[in-house]
Amino acid sequence: MLWCDQAMFGQGTYELSADLKIEAGKVTAVIGPSGSGKSTLLGGIAGFHPQHSGRVLWKDADITLLPPQNRPVSMLFQDNNLFPHLTVMQNVGLAVSSRLRLTVPQRDRVNAILDRVGLGGLGDRLPAALSGGQQSRAALARALLQDREIMLMDEPFSALGPGLKAEMLDLSVELAKAAGRTVIMVTHDPADAARVADAVIGVAPGIAFAPAVTSQFLRDPPEAFKDYLG
Amino acid sequence: MAQRAVPIIAALIVAGLVIGPVTAVLWRGGGFSALSSADLDALSFTIWQAFWSAIISVVLAVPVARALARRSFFGRSALISVMGAPFILPVIVAILGLLAVFGGRGFLNIVLGPLGVPKLDIYGAHGVILAHVFFNLPLAVRLILQGWLAIPSERFRVAASLGAPVFWVLEWPMLRRIMPGAFAVIFVICLGSFAVALTLGGGPKATTVELAIYQAFKFDFDLSKAASLAVVQLCLGLAAGGAALLLSRGDMIGVGLDRVVQRWDGSCILDGVWIMLAAAFLLAPLMAVLVAGLPGVLDLPPSIWPATLRSLFIALGAVILTMALALPLATKAGEAASLLGISVSGLVLGTGLFLIVQPFVRPSDVALPVTMLVNVLMALPFVLRILRPGVESARDDFGKLGQSLGLSGWTLWRIVYLPRLRRPMGFAAGLTGALAMGDLGVITLFSRPGEGTLPLVMYQLMGAYQMQAAYGAALLLVALSLGLFWAFDKGGRANAVV
Repeated sequence: MLWCDQAMFGQGTYELSADLKIEAGKVTAVIGPSGSGKSTLLGGIAGFHPQHSGRVLWKDADITLLPPQNRPVSMLFQDNNLFPHLTVMQNVGLAVSSRLRLTVPQRDRVNAILDRVGLGGLGDRLPAALSGGQQSRAALARALLQDREIMLMDEPFSALGPGLKAEMLDLSVELAKAAGRTVIMVTHDPADAARVADAVIGVAPGIAFAPAVTSQFLRDPPEAFKDYLG
Repeated sequence: MAQRAVPIIAALIVAGLVIGPVTAVLWRGGGFSALSSADLDALSFTIWQAFWSAIISVVLAVPVARALARRSFFGRSALISVMGAPFILPVIVAILGLLAVFGGRGFLNIVLGPLGVPKLDIYGAHGVILAHVFFNLPLAVRLILQGWLAIPSERFRVAASLGAPVFWVLEWPMLRRIMPGAFAVIFVICLGSFAVALTLGGGPKATTVELAIYQAFKFDFDLSKAASLAVVQLCLGLAAGGAALLLSRGDMIGVGLDRVVQRWDGSCILDGVWIMLAAAFLLAPLMAVLVAGLPGVLDLPPSIWPATLRSLFIALGAVILTMALALPLATKAGEAASLLGISVSGLVLGTGLFLIVQPFVRPSDVALPVTMLVNVLMALPFVLRILRPGVESARDDFGKLGQSLGLSGWTLWRIVYLPRLRRPMGFAAGLTGALAMGDLGVITLFSRPGEGTLPLVMYQLMGAYQMQAAYGAALLLVALSLGLFWAFDKGGRANAVV
């Protein structure tokens, strides 16, 4: 369980309070109007934003003071998930080694994960030689290869067309679940949440609410989200 | 916190290298009461020539920039690129080129003499100003051209449809905003002029403070006097540098000047004349060096080769040191700190370093390292201005990703930042190398006879009236300077994935 214990996350002059528990091994969607602080919540959990008060615990261990690289968290960003000057193999390989020359066993692991996301044989290409969907797959492959229990997704597929976006979302959730990951994904589309999420965290300006079961949240949203969900 | 330590160490090194010599100069300097009337003459000449050089450059730049802004012609972008060249052209080479055109036995005198035009003489105050205009007119043109191209083209369309006076409605407000900054930047550059004054000035009527420092060293062997003059130059530079910082807008090394705004006013012929005049003024001296230098290459004395090696050593060393200091300093604070160096002139730093090392070693033994260091400090502000946007965008785009992958310290630089910065680093390294290669400043204070750099040997050849050899050396020097710039810049561009 990921527990934000009366946490206040800051980003510049903006503050978001979060006092909530997220179940391990489940998919939790974060929904709210733009500018309400969805990304701040993810950035706070990942350790990118300063935490002004409260604690964050993962499986009863306090991770509040850990820097991003030491948290049990992998992240798919909204954009710039791949280094444009590194090949797909090197980009994905960074999950296992910060040396750009991988050992043979490391290469095998990267190739295996590339096969699983459908990028088999494309390891030597630069990101610019991939389609948008393929770039997303490469980023997903790296997040899966990182041995971290929590996977955060900050709308990484928002630049893709609707069909491709749904396909990537399904693939991500399927592979993450198979790997036993806890997924927390930002979305502004209730349909995304309905498709894949077990629970929904509503974020209104300045506050992130405790997760509610998806079907219940969408059927009978809290007052603050009625206008947003329509 | 090893990652924080590196920028702090770099900042301390730079600050120490500036503050140390400045302190030495202040400590040794005799205060303003120690100045003779000749020194005060030097002070007033310095200000006077900088003022007129800046005024003439800016005023002449206006019609040239306007012509470039509104005319599209074959070779336009090439001409604008050439306008960037004086920045990396060795000063001494340009002066030789100016001598070939405007000098006593120069091209103009040969052509105009038989027509009864009185003989032009380039030595003296007006020669100093002429050379400064040669160097700074292109800079002024580029700054003002940026202002012109920043006016949205729709406004010209509206003005044309209303029949409104374009100059008063659109151009004058822009010029009023840009010109003071351009004036201030050029004024500061000309205040610190040494090599131009050394070659074309001199005498009671055309000695700058920088030249007076050199003369106190070389002719009077009077270190206190040199230090007092250095204090004067320091105050001058700081005051004018502060004013320039307040006034200047726009980017001195701006790019994206390739656009032409469609216009419905102005005379095509007049614009053409301005462009031709500016091109001739800037290109003729360079052509003269090329033409006169080719036969001179065969005439080079053997002393030229060790001097060339020394210059290459200084240039390459300066590139490595500058990059090593610039990368950790590429932040807003670092850029501000490096500006310290720009208002402290090379000769002031040189005087200070001379005072510091003198009790311990013979200054001439450390001539090359000192010249290298001073060039590093002079190049840093430009290099940081070039690198900072790249570092910042790499940090914005990939900083978090790198952090979430656990990349930090040197690994982060190796995998993320250095590959992202290849282009600006190549450009910056090229500038540094070319500037250091062509520098004729602090080396004149430190070097022993027979151990000069290439620009110094070239200056000595000119002084000995071995003009043929001097032209040959000029060609060699300009080839090496531009070659260094080209090689680094090209190296940064090759295979860069952006």
